[in-house]
Amino acid sequence: MDKTIKNLAIGLVVLMILAPLGLLAVGETFGEWGNEELKDKLGYVPQGLEQLGSLWSAPMPDYAFPGGDESMGMLSIAYILSAVIGVIVCGGLLYFVGKHIAKS
Amino acid sequence: MIPIWYYAGKKMSNELRSRQVPLLALAAAFSFVIMMFNVPIPGGSTGHAVGGAIIGIVLGPWAGVIAISVALILQALVFGDGGITAIAANCFNMGVVMPFVGYYVYKAISGNSEITSSRRVIAAAIAGYLSLTIAAFCTGVEFGLQPILNHTADGVPLYMPYPMSVTVPAMLGEHVLGFSFLEALITALIFAYIQRTDTTILYGENSPLQKKKQKLGASA
Repeated sequence: MDKTIKNLAIGLVVLMILAPLGLLAVGETFGEWGNEELKDKLGYVPQGLEQLGSLWSAPMPDYAFPGGDESMGMLSIAYILSAVIGVIVCGGLLYFVGKHIAKS
Repeated sequence: MIPIWYYAGKKMSNELRSRQVPLLALAAAFSFVIMMFNVPIPGGSTGHAVGGAIIGIVLGPWAGVIAISVALILQALVFGDGGITAIAANCFNMGVVMPFVGYYVYKAISGNSEITSSRRVIAAAIAGYLSLTIAAFCTGVEFGLQPILNHTADGVPLYMPYPMSVTVPAMLGEHVLGFSFLEALITALIFAYIQRTDTTILYGENSPLQKKKQKLGASA
């Protein structure tokens, strides 16, 4: 593998380990509110959102173990694990598809 | 989004070199992880960088579409982030707008400067800043369109409760003053690193087309 790519990959691993820093930020991104937050803000949950909300349940909502405890340690572990899953799935998928279609 | 993905896929199967494959995989993984770094801003909201500009600059905008889209779709499906009904909008704003704005701003400012010049680092930083800012603006407009397009008979919004006059300033403001600086920094840092180590991995450098041009130039 190219040295540059290898070093960039090492940089990525460092970012993955540091990922739980992203948990420190409190508050929700504009437009990404959950139903409860919307109820607090507006006094109601927009009808369409309420219906669409049940369309799909993610296996690891909010990068946490479903039903797991909410301690910072546990959340951090789940967050790093999420980063690992993300990297393996995104990287792996594109690597194999890429290898398949690439011109040498 | 489906025609854009289709075209991007076609483009990639024609252009992708096997040397770029690890970089493509890395780009998608990087984009996924960088979006996990939520950054707080005053006012109680949070946001994040995307890495869209640097991916567009390094891999070319079409490969950027694929890499960022894969990260966004995984986020929505597995982690409930962004949401499956917003996949197309998110992929357009972050997956299409960002690598294209990033790549062309970088190209325009770089001009004919040396590949190792510091002008290109500045170009990368501005590309990062503008790419996220314009993506945020698009998102704000899309949010603002929602209550106009989708509301109940008596005018209660079905999905996005806030009007354009709130969504555009909110999205634009927090990015112009905050997150876009982070995107600029990330873009410039990674670009400067590649500049110092191996510029041949950059999109358009050493491509078959460019070699052909150089040959034509030499023989003329």
